[in-house]
Amino acid sequence: MANTVEMPKLGFDMAEGKLVKWIKAENEKIEKGDVLAEIETDKATVEVESPFGGVVAKHLVGENSVIPVGSPIAVITAEGETFDQNALPSNNTGSPKAVASDQAPLKDEETSQIDAKQEKASQVEPQVTAEVENERPVEDQKSNGMVKASPLAKRIAREKGIDLSKVSGSGPGERIVKRDLEKAQAADITPRAQPKVKTDISLTKVSGKDEVIEISRLRAAIGKRMLESHQSIPYFTLTHSYNAEALINLRKELNEGAADELKISVNDFFIRAAALTLIDFPNLNASITGSQITRHGSINIGVAVAVENGLLTIVVKNADQKTLPEVSKEMKDMAARVRDGKVRNDDIEGSTFTISNLGMFEVEDFTAIINPPEAAILAFGSAIQMPVAINGSLSVGWRVKATLSADHRITDGAEAARFMQHLALFLEQPWRLLY
Amino acid sequence: MAIITMREAISQALWEEMERDPKVFILGEEVGVWGGTYAVTKGFLDHFGPERVRDTPISEAAIIGAAIGSALNGLRPIAELMTINFAFVAMDHIVNEAAKLHYMFNGQFLLPLVIRTPGGGGRQLAATHSQTPDAIFAHFPGLTVVAPGTPADAKGLLKSAIRSENPVLFIENATVYQQRGEVPEGDFTIPIGKSKVQREGKDVTLVTYSKMVSYSLQAAAQLEKEGIDVEIVDLRTLRPLDMDPVLTSFKKTNHAVIAEEGWKSYGVGAEIAARIYEEAFDYLDAPIKRVAQKEVPLPYNRRLEQLALPQVEDIVNAVREVLK
Repeated sequence: MANTVEMPKLGFDMAEGKLVKWIKAENEKIEKGDVLAEIETDKATVEVESPFGGVVAKHLVGENSVIPVGSPIAVITAEGETFDQNALPSNNTGSPKAVASDQAPLKDEETSQIDAKQEKASQVEPQVTAEVENERPVEDQKSNGMVKASPLAKRIAREKGIDLSKVSGSGPGERIVKRDLEKAQAADITPRAQPKVKTDISLTKVSGKDEVIEISRLRAAIGKRMLESHQSIPYFTLTHSYNAEALINLRKELNEGAADELKISVNDFFIRAAALTLIDFPNLNASITGSQITRHGSINIGVAVAVENGLLTIVVKNADQKTLPEVSKEMKDMAARVRDGKVRNDDIEGSTFTISNLGMFEVEDFTAIINPPEAAILAFGSAIQMPVAINGSLSVGWRVKATLSADHRITDGAEAARFMQHLALFLEQPWRLLY
Repeated sequence: MAIITMREAISQALWEEMERDPKVFILGEEVGVWGGTYAVTKGFLDHFGPERVRDTPISEAAIIGAAIGSALNGLRPIAELMTINFAFVAMDHIVNEAAKLHYMFNGQFLLPLVIRTPGGGGRQLAATHSQTPDAIFAHFPGLTVVAPGTPADAKGLLKSAIRSENPVLFIENATVYQQRGEVPEGDFTIPIGKSKVQREGKDVTLVTYSKMVSYSLQAAAQLEKEGIDVEIVDLRTLRPLDMDPVLTSFKKTNHAVIAEEGWKSYGVGAEIAARIYEEAFDYLDAPIKRVAQKEVPLPYNRRLEQLALPQVEDIVNAVREVLK
């Protein structure tokens, strides 16, 4: 029989998605699990797998149309079967306005007003996204075929597995030449990439002209959520300084001689430490909706990662039940997918508590904005070597500062402070994270 | 090793080969009584006699035609053309007969012919007498084209040319007859069709030949002070072209400059660059640069003439450019 594929809900707050591209054409055979289409959500471009096998009988919506969650997008039939379009449960062809307003009456009065406002916003959205869409191929070209490199540089990159799109060229017209790859390889073994600063200040001039940039879908989504968070959550922050010496030493020992893909990052320790601490603090592993607080049954740690023009939160599910190497590998895999623009829905959804780490940028400490509807977010700065007083005498030690932002509707200062204290148990005695 | 001039090296080669083989003889304008336009055959007439050192009428077609005929009949003629610019009046004999007879008559005839001729500009001989048409002659299969850049190579290659059973165009350069260099004593030959590394280096491959070899050596000395290590490959023979040392060098340095005295368009540099692109593309780290003569008939005015001809400074700049 004919099956309908619907616009999947790829996140608890996803209302609609843009169908960017059909991967399977009409009348093409499809296996269950094959990629049917690419969909762009507020957060990322994701692949939609077909829940059915058979033949793609019909695309119900065109490319680049914005479709509400749950609306049919395609019909899959058994091979040789004919289907009657009128027999479909919904014959909607993906007009966003029409379908969205169908859904509105289902909600209560208050939210429907908000929805109505959002509706107006989403009515103008197709225009905006159309412009964003035009920019995409340019970006793709840059990351694919348009890298300017000498044939020799290309060959070396091929042989050594260097991604040329990440190398800056010093040859004429910014062409990547052999010496740039030698530099890139040398940089790989230094622990921290040096910030790129143009040293020739006399040649660096700003244009003097204002540049107007259309807000991307991702930027808009971040803005909306952060504004909502900042305006609606009565949050408080508290900062705790941890002795990081043991953690740094342990990490060094663990990583000694290990292959790059097996090396554990400081952040992996933070994820695991937060997860284990949260076991005893269910109020901080919670979310709030209306009059209810949900204490989550799983500890899923979201980690904010920077992407071009924005950020995504990738999620380590059940981080309390995973070993440090498991956490580390998952993080690496997800980060690679983020870099390649191939992030999966599963990578970015379901977090119950978020960590933001700016330690690699030599930030001492900072305050992060809560990722709603979560109860708290933990912000880590850099591990810094500094003078410390121990037993009345001055010596040199490693310290790392963390700042917790917590929703005062869910938790209070004392509980949050105890959480931070408890966290020290794992950060300062990190071998506890190994079992 | 003795240090002698290019003129002396060429003269020695001719003398030694004429002493060695009685079938070798010289013909051309002013080669006998006058001793050669550039004094290469001074004293030859007295020693070898008028049968073997023959002054000819001013007709290049006659010189080459007679040389081809005598070669076909078993002699080993060395025809001298006063300048390569006059080879154009003998063009049909050179490219349609000398280059093709062996091939078109199924190898029935050998053609042990040498055509000696100086080319190049820089002596204020104006547009029609200052050309470097080496690439034109190297274009024809069947004609061996040799153009040495040092006295030792000139001597060794000329002796090989005289002993060769095939027609050889031996291109000298009028401005370097006085240039000195070490030349091994005694009888030696250098094989035709072998390029040579004249200077070893690791940063850039400078491919060149003839007069531009000495310019390239000067450029390399200048660049060495900047810390740039130039490897110079001297082609020595334009046909058959030996690319092996060029490619070996290029695969090491990944950068190339080609210096020639002739015009850039359709020139020797174009051929070398194309071969590098074809055979060593994956070793290329920067576009190849060619240094050549400006695309004008060479001016008579000394300053304009020097401006139009490739100079040491042009080679230096091109090397800096490819290493940017």
